[in-house]
Amino acid sequence: MALASRAIGYTRTAIALHWVVALGIFGAFSLGLYMHELPLSPTKLKLYSYHKWAGVTIFLLMLARLAWRATHPAPPLPGHMPRWQRLAAHSIHHLLYLLILAIPLTGWLMSSAKGFQTVWFGVLPLPDLLDKNKELGETLAEVHEALNFGMAALVIAHVGAAVKHHLVDRDDVLARMLPFLNRAAQ
Amino acid sequence: MRKTLALVLAALLPCAAAAAEVGAVQADKSRIAFVSRQMGVPVDGEFRKFTVQLSFDPAKPEAGRAQIDIDMASIDAGSAEANEEVVGKNWFHVKQFPKASFVSTSVKPLGGGKFEVAGKLTIRDKTRDVQAPFAMTAQGANVQFDGSFIIKRADFGIGQGVWADFDTVANDVQIKFKVVAGAKK
Repeated sequence: MALASRAIGYTRTAIALHWVVALGIFGAFSLGLYMHELPLSPTKLKLYSYHKWAGVTIFLLMLARLAWRATHPAPPLPGHMPRWQRLAAHSIHHLLYLLILAIPLTGWLMSSAKGFQTVWFGVLPLPDLLDKNKELGETLAEVHEALNFGMAALVIAHVGAAVKHHLVDRDDVLARMLPFLNRAAQ
Repeated sequence: MRKTLALVLAALLPCAAAAAEVGAVQADKSRIAFVSRQMGVPVDGEFRKFTVQLSFDPAKPEAGRAQIDIDMASIDAGSAEANEEVVGKNWFHVKQFPKASFVSTSVKPLGGGKFEVAGKLTIRDKTRDVQAPFAMTAQGANVQFDGSFIIKRADFGIGQGVWADFDTVANDVQIKFKVVAGAKK
């Protein structure tokens, strides 16, 4: 069984991309929460830059993930799942993909509107899609924040469901994204 | 707002009288801006209040003179929190140094409607020699002077303490000016 499920599991690339993006999101989200309350200082300017670089990187990795996913289908959900759970799983995945792209995008737009261009790793300038506009900048900051809290809620549901699959349903849903669990189960 | 305007106009009156070759400087169309670089990102800023005294005849550029006085409290450094920061001691220390000024010492022609002005730039308690190339163009009934030059902020003690090193805010700051005056009479 374990062998069969691994044969139709995620590719190594898909697993690696999932965790790199997850780690990136965890880092950028925490940094965003922390930095926006700081008084102006060189440290704050540095952290904002790191946050923006991380956001651009996550956006690009997410595009790579979607391209990979389009050409390498995800393994099917376990047969025991009721219809509502399948629906919830698909909806949450799609919403997460959407937010992981929309959040860096709103950050980029917000930066432009606030008059601070995004220069990836201090080297590659991204074009400013919006002119400087204080009100629009503040609105976009609120949108960026709201989308982030929306994503946080979905991530909690996503992680909670994965843990429930592992501990309650005792299926391989979590293990196929965490291969060392799979080995432990054998 | 009307009071400010009146003050600016009052400040401009003497220069209107002094400038025989070009007409009065039009403060509302003129602009003194700067570009700082923060973490490799160019950030625009400007000074909203300044006065320009100008005497310039393109036929006799060597006789040209200019003095610019900037009200440092009128700085817009790009964001509200930056504006609060840069008037403080580490930056422009506006309470102690409310004005910055540029006084020309010479103007030379570069050809093709371009010139170079040299002069003394004073910011805080530091005075440095600077040169700025500029172009003069006709804009309808007016003439416009456009130029820019680079200063090293450390030369003027701008950005001290935690801001002194250049890995967040670069030493080079570009100053851009646009002065619009009435056309030659």
